[in-house]
Amino acid sequence: MELKEHRLIFKHIDEPEYTNDIDCYLKHGGYEQLKKAFSMEPEAICAEVLESGVRGRGGAGFPAGMKWKFLDRKSGKPIYLICNADESEPGTFKDRQIIHQDPHQLIEGMMCTAYATQAKLAFIYIRGEFFEGHKILERAIEEARKKKFVGENILDSDYSCDIIIHRGAGAYICGEETGLIESLEGNRANPRIKPPYFPAALGLYQCPTIVNNVETLCDVKHIVEMGGKKFSEIGTPGNTGTRIWCVSGHVQKPGYYEFPCSAVTLGQLIYDVCGGLKPGRTLKAVIPGGSSSKILRADERFTGKLKDGTEFDWGIEDIPMDFDSLAAVGSMSGSGGVIVMDDTTDMVEALANINYFYAHESCGQCTPCREGVPWMRKVTQRMLNGEAREEDADLLKDIADQIAGRTICAFGEAASWPVQSFIVKFKDEFVEKARIQAALRKEGKPTAPETTLI
Amino acid sequence: MTTPSTVETTTINIDGEDVDVPKGTNVIEAVKLVGKGKEVPHYCYHPKLSIAGNCRMCLVEMGMPMRDRATGEAILDEDGTQKIGWMPKPTIGCATNVSPGMHIKTDSPMVKESRNGITEFLLTNHPLDCPICDQAGECRLQEFSAEHGRGYSRFIEQKNVKPKRTRLGPRVMLDDERCILCSRCIRFSKEIAKDDVLGFVDRGTYSTLTCYPGKELENNYSLNTVDICPVGALTSTDFRFKMRVWFLKKINSICTESSVGANTVVWSREGKIYRVTPRRNDFVNDTWMTDSGRALFKSIESDGRLTHYTIDGVPKTIDETVQAAVGFLKSGKVALIGSAQSSVEEQFFHKLIAQHCNATVFLVGHTGEGDGILLSEDRTPNLRGALLNGLIAKIPEQNLNTLAEKIKTGEIDTLFVVNEDITQFGISDELLSKVKIIYQGVHANQTSRVAQIVYPSLSVFEKDGSFVNQNFRLQKFNTAVPGPQGVQADVLTLESTVANLVGEKPTKPLIRQMWEQISATVKHFNGLSWQQINDQGIELDPTPFLELPFVETKNLKFDPIAFQEKHAVGSQNKN
Repeated sequence: MELKEHRLIFKHIDEPEYTNDIDCYLKHGGYEQLKKAFSMEPEAICAEVLESGVRGRGGAGFPAGMKWKFLDRKSGKPIYLICNADESEPGTFKDRQIIHQDPHQLIEGMMCTAYATQAKLAFIYIRGEFFEGHKILERAIEEARKKKFVGENILDSDYSCDIIIHRGAGAYICGEETGLIESLEGNRANPRIKPPYFPAALGLYQCPTIVNNVETLCDVKHIVEMGGKKFSEIGTPGNTGTRIWCVSGHVQKPGYYEFPCSAVTLGQLIYDVCGGLKPGRTLKAVIPGGSSSKILRADERFTGKLKDGTEFDWGIEDIPMDFDSLAAVGSMSGSGGVIVMDDTTDMVEALANINYFYAHESCGQCTPCREGVPWMRKVTQRMLNGEAREEDADLLKDIADQIAGRTICAFGEAASWPVQSFIVKFKDEFVEKARIQAALRKEGKPTAPETTLI
Repeated sequence: MTTPSTVETTTINIDGEDVDVPKGTNVIEAVKLVGKGKEVPHYCYHPKLSIAGNCRMCLVEMGMPMRDRATGEAILDEDGTQKIGWMPKPTIGCATNVSPGMHIKTDSPMVKESRNGITEFLLTNHPLDCPICDQAGECRLQEFSAEHGRGYSRFIEQKNVKPKRTRLGPRVMLDDERCILCSRCIRFSKEIAKDDVLGFVDRGTYSTLTCYPGKELENNYSLNTVDICPVGALTSTDFRFKMRVWFLKKINSICTESSVGANTVVWSREGKIYRVTPRRNDFVNDTWMTDSGRALFKSIESDGRLTHYTIDGVPKTIDETVQAAVGFLKSGKVALIGSAQSSVEEQFFHKLIAQHCNATVFLVGHTGEGDGILLSEDRTPNLRGALLNGLIAKIPEQNLNTLAEKIKTGEIDTLFVVNEDITQFGISDELLSKVKIIYQGVHANQTSRVAQIVYPSLSVFEKDGSFVNQNFRLQKFNTAVPGPQGVQADVLTLESTVANLVGEKPTKPLIRQMWEQISATVKHFNGLSWQQINDQGIELDPTPFLELPFVETKNLKFDPIAFQEKHAVGSQNKN
């Protein structure tokens, strides 16, 4: 059975005749919502966004309307809007499509947000590796500026707000909002300590600042269009709107698929939407929300209570794809990067790969992350190199436990959750690795595979 | 005198006990204030620098009294006390300011576990070369590892390799492997020394401290980075590999470099000084001092020291020398060239000598460029002391031209010179030949060479005494090392000179007995005693001298305008 996608943000993505210039966008009803927004009071837009219940699409899933509400408007300082386009979570590739194929949707969403929050200036912090995306956005902003959608006296109103694009220099940590702000200010992207440096009060240049993900900002445009109430009817209460699931790994048709929250289960997503696994393979595990979310084991039973009190008893395929359900099973929907692993996956190798990434990306500011994550990397690397010890599994878990919750930013959790969950759920494989290698060593055979992923 | 200002306090609960701490303090300071041996271990936090929050050693458990979200009413426990909502994760003490009702656990299993984890992490890439590390014995990492570490290593991987010997500047050497990246030195350079030259390069576990390209850590405060480095990463090129710190004796002293009067600790062993470091005094120098001030101790070992009491270049006993000097003073038309390098006690006796032989008193001012931090324009430590003692009444000139005139006219034919090479200040060789000179000083110079009588002096490191700094703060220094053999404290020589002048027997008083005399006779020191002067010093009343044109401009702890205003208001209030 093929499930029908509900494309909201990705409405025009991959349409053959749809181009990313402003004429095409205008032909498809572009910037009408901006005009609508400008006919409204800024507070009214904020209220609509709050009512829509839209949650941040960057990973944490914090309600965007609440975030805006926290803005310190009494300080008299200018308000800044930052679009977080530093999409770098392994397994996630949605923002790039928006930027490449529909940049004006983002710009319109941003200007609606800027107007709603009365921002003085808006920034797009774009990942350094998105060369093409940067060019496309620069061109799109120039087009929009010429048509008075961006810049001085937008739509001939009194309100002015320009967009400045800033390219990152290739650091994952710049996706963390305070790290991003530091980087934007020209410093090393060391995340700030919170409290006191909450962006809504002391953000960019110590002024109140909103940092939202690309997809979230695009959602704002649609909230303006349909109203908060209508938007909140997509999905389920608390999990409103659509989500773009970026499916990668061992499926027949990897790619991005947009569905209302809760509209599909993980099983439907893998088997019906993505065409299932390769022939003859069975499902082993799924990382449901980007590499930092906790892994789900295929033969697990997930039981517990949802926020609203309903009890559930799910197999992996029954998990509805939304914020709360994934949180209830001990993982998270994160940035929507679903990584599917079949039975050919070596879990030690998979974890080594993840550890390599996080060790490389730790900013090095605070101790647990700086020293702990590379240590985990060294352990998993050594295990791959043929020198695994049976106690390594427990050691890895211990190190991860010493990192999570004790760092300046959420990177500590991002780096330790995979380790914690891999060890809890696949400890046998880690121990087995050591035993196999010990046996091989006894026989005088090489203990390390000739090639590994990393 | 310092009056304890009334500070607003907040009641918080630390490990089950309610305590009052000043409003706005952070948890580390609050726990320190409570005392009882409680301490929140920390590396990156420094009371005089901005908060970085990166070492994560000061993690504590924090909770706030619970309130109902809707009604705002307190949620009560079964026993009627307000329920505490403990945070699920530990929070850092350095960035957590106290608020009413806050509960802190500094010793819970979670806190212990956190410290243990942080310690283990810090040690994974640490070279563990304590046996050859200069910081051993005063190393926070060493201390906290013993206290909070697990005692064995679970780390069997390769350690990171980083540069071991990076020259950051002329006085500071960096061992990158030992560095725990606390960023204290970076923040110090930026915030206190105002010389932003340090930063990290590379990322993550490979982060490395370095100077900006083409720059060096060469400012006059560079050695403070060595002091605040919690590990052995930054070492002083001067002190490195010289001595184990646990062998060194610590004596409190005062820096004589300028009128700032930075509080110091002199570290010595077997009569030899190895280093001088700053001592915290929030009224004077916080926890800092200049590099140049630290190097002053080197001069006491120079070949130019005066080591004997001499008459016409021939070593004599102290008594003989004093007798000869008294002979000069009694018969001559005397001028006394005092010194703002002398201690309050010495100046007191200089004043007595001047009184007893009707001497005209001169004093040479020494000034230089200030740096706006801890090096003031007045390069003498005790000009205020001379004013308070009544030795002088106005800001001294920087020459002795008046004296030269008087020698020329024959009004003066005997000089008692303290620590000053008068040939540098307008007394020509021709004039020198016209006068008899008694010289008292630490080092030989042009004047001491022609002096008929020489009293060798002890340096500030070799005697007890006190200075009055730019803020009119009376501060005392103590004997750190013995002086040259046979040289007695200057005050004793001076006391015996005075006694001989008036025909009494020298009493060789103790310094506290001298202070009894000083407080009884000098009105500005009225009511003070030696025992009263504690390690933080005593603020004296500057109001009689507010009109004088002191040379100091604004620096770290002194603002001439604010100082005037504060005390002018104070004196009005008194009236």
